[in-house]
Amino acid sequence: MKFEANFLIFLGIFGAITALVYGILSDELAGTVMLAGFALLGLFPGGYYLWWHRRIGTRAEDDPNAELVDGAGVVGVFPSSSIWPFIFGVGCALVAISLVFGFWTALPGFFMVISAAFGIVSESRHGGLSRH
Amino acid sequence: MTLLTDRPKVSDDDHGAGGHDGEHHGPVGIMKWLTSTDHKVIGMSYTITSFVMFLIAGLFAIMIRVQLTGPDSTIVSQHTYNELFTMHGSLMIYLFIGPFAFGGLANYIVPLQVGAPDMAFPRLNAFSYWLYLTGSLIMIGGFLTVGGSADFGWVAYAPLSDAVNSPGAGPDMWIVALMLTGFSAIFTGVNLVTTIFYLRAPGMTMFRVPIFTWNMLVTGILILIAFPVLFGALVMLWCDRHLGTHIFSVVGGGVPVLWQNLFWFWGHPEVYIIALPFFGVVTEVLPVFSRKPLFGYRGMIFATISIAALSTAVWAHHMFTTGTVLLPFFSLMSYFIAVPTGIKFFNWIGTMWRGSVILNTPMLFSIGFLLLFLGGGVTGIFLASPPIDFATHDTYFVVAHFHQVIFALVFGAFSAIYYWHPKFFGRMLRDGLGKISFWLMIVGSFVMLTPMYLVGLRGMPRRIAEYAATDGWTFENRLVTIGSLMIFVGVAVTLVNLVVSWRKPVFCGANPWDANSLEWATSSPPPHHNFDSIPPIRSERPVWDANHPDFTTHDHGLSPAEPAEVSV
Repeated sequence: MKFEANFLIFLGIFGAITALVYGILSDELAGTVMLAGFALLGLFPGGYYLWWHRRIGTRAEDDPNAELVDGAGVVGVFPSSSIWPFIFGVGCALVAISLVFGFWTALPGFFMVISAAFGIVSESRHGGLSRH
Repeated sequence: MTLLTDRPKVSDDDHGAGGHDGEHHGPVGIMKWLTSTDHKVIGMSYTITSFVMFLIAGLFAIMIRVQLTGPDSTIVSQHTYNELFTMHGSLMIYLFIGPFAFGGLANYIVPLQVGAPDMAFPRLNAFSYWLYLTGSLIMIGGFLTVGGSADFGWVAYAPLSDAVNSPGAGPDMWIVALMLTGFSAIFTGVNLVTTIFYLRAPGMTMFRVPIFTWNMLVTGILILIAFPVLFGALVMLWCDRHLGTHIFSVVGGGVPVLWQNLFWFWGHPEVYIIALPFFGVVTEVLPVFSRKPLFGYRGMIFATISIAALSTAVWAHHMFTTGTVLLPFFSLMSYFIAVPTGIKFFNWIGTMWRGSVILNTPMLFSIGFLLLFLGGGVTGIFLASPPIDFATHDTYFVVAHFHQVIFALVFGAFSAIYYWHPKFFGRMLRDGLGKISFWLMIVGSFVMLTPMYLVGLRGMPRRIAEYAATDGWTFENRLVTIGSLMIFVGVAVTLVNLVVSWRKPVFCGANPWDANSLEWATSSPPPHHNFDSIPPIRSERPVWDANHPDFTTHDHGLSPAEPAEVSV
């Protein structure tokens, strides 16, 4: 966890320095703002990971001498087959295409997006998942 | 092969579908395609869809080249020509090379290389494929509208892309398609970063992760930096076209160059978003077929990170001729980025140096990648110099430069297809057909690109549908067309190869190349949730260590054997 955190923080610091140098030299606002955004994108998750590192210490995947048994237990919970991502995706596409052809495709689109959201949540609650 | 330790599976209480022996539990046929959350199925859907996009965009390229073969050509109209080059670029960049890399290859290979059962967010993964597919269909669907598809170039510069200069539904469909595929890329980026940070097998420290996976991690982070900016710019463009805002139009106090500023802040990291995965592919292929460990593993990682960091600060080198950008800053940064790329080249050559090089198809395509990328990279350094850029901007010199760079990536893609096809399907591709394909493509690409550079230096501008005989560009353009047709035939040979290997399969085991990384520890194709067992991970070559205990690359634990004393 520590290396991941430092990696992101390094990117954030690089972005901050670049934003500073570019902002001073160019006096151009859009690029400076985008570079500052890049800096935050490194610093926020990097700081979050560092906080987690302090809480959980070295994980089995960070330990060069870890045995496979050290990773025993549930690796994660993974969903099995599900139709909802497809419905969610098509719904989003219908909503998006309404930006071109008018509002009528947005209605079924929103309906699909909302039902897919309900579907995914209830799927997560009522099984259909496999643990590893 | 021997696997030394079983990975314990403590909790294995599956509900219905999704056991290890479980592919036959799940849906089959079209329902498998529609409902699967398995990263291998989604990765293969991405790979096939994006390869179809490559073929369509390639057909557009052939039509462009047929038009430009001779002077005063009228095979297609000016308007059709504009649509063709716009959609050629859009399909290649947005729908082929990026999704092929981070949606197709990375989706399939990254969880295998880190020893994970799936991507971190499988349903998000499936969702991002559906956004990509619907977005792709919407973009191509632009051809069916009355005014035709988008025709403002794949960069959609304002004010050409506004409602007055590019009216109609086709350009809007292009914008909407990019919004959808952009979000698909963002979700894939989130998925990749989370998978690599959280789902590695025990002992797989960040400095044992294979370089392909490392590059995909950095690619994922670059996606998260770059694509939101593109989305923002597209929303602004849509508002300009439909809601009467004037963000990119001078009339209402807007700034047209702002579009370029936002677009290239996405666009230059995007160059590395599409390049880094194929750097990773080549870094996987070269050590395996040089029969040596990778030379400079850590150097490769730091080079990748520096390329990613620097790539966020070079965007305006596409805008030198606008006269509104800070030339010294962007020029210097663009020169800097050649340094880590040079380190990578040094390490690639160091890997092959004094190795037992096996010149089979994946290796040949990787070497072709090195040749083409070197040419494209060096001309890129030329173009990072503002005086040279002023002289050659928007000529075929620039076209040749970025086609050489991106065609190098296509070689990386073909190397990946030939290298990982046995893993995907458990069948080898024919080496002879692969070599024919390679030689046609490599000769074709130099026949295509060299005259492009020359004709560019003589002033032929890009995006012109016809030229006069008196311009003196005819001979070079004939050569370019011949080269592009050779590439076309070369790609067709690979398609034949795919069909042949499907019809008359040559089956292979788990590890046909005697390779290094974890994806070769599982069967070909891998079972549902990937691994029945994982070898112990003590170096960046766990599978090699397990198969060759006398020649390990351990840096911890067991002592490495003396390599030279074995022969009798």
